[in-house]
Amino acid sequence: MNEPIISMKNIEYAYENKSVLSNINFEIPQGSFMGLVGPNGGGKTTLIKLILGLLKPDSGSIDLFGQPVDKFKAWDKIGFVSQKSNSFNKGFPATVFEVVSMGLTAKVGYLKFFTSKHKKKILHTIDQVGMGEYAYENIGNLSGGQQQRIFIARSLVSDPELLILDEPTVGVDYENVQRFYELLHQLNNEQNITLLLVTHDTGTMTEHATDIVCLNKTLHFHGNPKEYLSLSEKDLSQFYGHPVNIVTHDH
Amino acid sequence: MLADFIQYDFLRNTFLTGLLIGIIAPLLGTFIVVRRLSLIADALSHVTLAGIAFGLLIEKKFAAGLITPLYSGMAFSVLGSIFIEKLRGVYQAYQELAIPIILSGGVGLSVIFISLADGFNTELFNYLFGSVSAVSQNDFYSILAISIVIILVIRLFYKELVTLSFDEEHAIVSGIHSKRIHLLFIVLTALVIAASIRIVGVLLVSALMTLPVAASMRIARGFKQMIIFSIVFGELAVIIGLISGYYFSIPPGGTIVLVSIVILLLSIGLKRFNYTPKKEREVK
Repeated sequence: MNEPIISMKNIEYAYENKSVLSNINFEIPQGSFMGLVGPNGGGKTTLIKLILGLLKPDSGSIDLFGQPVDKFKAWDKIGFVSQKSNSFNKGFPATVFEVVSMGLTAKVGYLKFFTSKHKKKILHTIDQVGMGEYAYENIGNLSGGQQQRIFIARSLVSDPELLILDEPTVGVDYENVQRFYELLHQLNNEQNITLLLVTHDTGTMTEHATDIVCLNKTLHFHGNPKEYLSLSEKDLSQFYGHPVNIVTHDH
Repeated sequence: MLADFIQYDFLRNTFLTGLLIGIIAPLLGTFIVVRRLSLIADALSHVTLAGIAFGLLIEKKFAAGLITPLYSGMAFSVLGSIFIEKLRGVYQAYQELAIPIILSGGVGLSVIFISLADGFNTELFNYLFGSVSAVSQNDFYSILAISIVIILVIRLFYKELVTLSFDEEHAIVSGIHSKRIHLLFIVLTALVIAASIRIVGVLLVSALMTLPVAASMRIARGFKQMIIFSIVFGELAVIIGLISGYYFSIPPGGTIVLVSIVILLLSIGLKRFNYTPKKEREVK
């Protein structure tokens, strides 16, 4: 198994004395594509916030690239596409180029300016997500699926080794979801970027992910897609905390 | 029409100062508007008034020249800006509460200082609505120095300010020190407000920071273009407003704001008639 990029040990987290996460132990190996699923309120977004250092666990330890999260400084190694990304202020007059350039701000550093090399990199990344022709268009004029690609480009432009995506396909139509997964697949396979994807869309995700974790306050399942798909309705109902009916369908 | 502004020193100082604030007010205003902080400018301008009233009181009761109203206004404005930031931290779920707290505090202090000084009507009127004759050469040099500092700092921290303004959470996750940058930004805003008050007045300073931006927002493509258009509109408003204010003997704050509103209405009209910049049409 490859070196773990994220390692979580005995994580406990409570919000106002109400336990949100308990006894969380898992690792994300380098090069994997991990799907994180679970019911609403099951602690998925909290887990992401703990990994990103936005929240501190009550107990337990989180290591990123072998370093404790509170000492971790190389944030440019981690790209993040938030659930809130597509609820940004649509009236903000920023071009696609400007939005993607924001992904380089921290990497370039204080008191330094973008060079022509950075600008080339930004345009290249916009091309990579298939949005080259819209580089100088205001982001507010694009569709939800196109905007999501731009936010991925913003995270990719700093050449991250790990990309964390929190429910990025909410509100995106089926065709764009498919293109989105093709892009993730390509990033994982061709560029060896480790992916952690929080999603409700388990159907398409299982076609691409290498690992699946099911979270409802604590980890209920950790295995590969084949094992996940072989779970019975009874197992899933137990994980989700309510009855689950498995419906398979071709889109 | 410009002849008097070239010929007379006091008018020249006002005109040159006007040109400076026509740049710095919309420049900072662009960030204020996109961060939905437009009312902070109003709160800070009222705190600045308290500082100015304090400076006038000291001038009147003690020795003249010990502390000028421009500097005391600036000191109060900067302190007010830091206090707003603290309050926004205390009331995280109701951050807008900081604005009425600071605004009413500013007005309350102003009333106290003004009454302690037994009123100073003409001068105070100038500070409320602006004046074409209130800028001394020293004021001009101070405002010139402040403008240079503001433009330099914005240039140096431009990418951090834009990144934070667009998506604070992403900026924090990527490792940008959001609190420090925000504090820097709010202190710059306080300085711009204090510098602008001589010309546009306490009650109208926020207009010069927001109206050109509101107009620019309608037609700009991209953030940089919005800044450029905002400054062009700000300069137009200041130049036309100052000259017309002088010739019609009206405080320039009023004329500058009215010109800004005309520009805003024109930009709304342009958008309604479906005007888009040339490049944008090509993309579509």
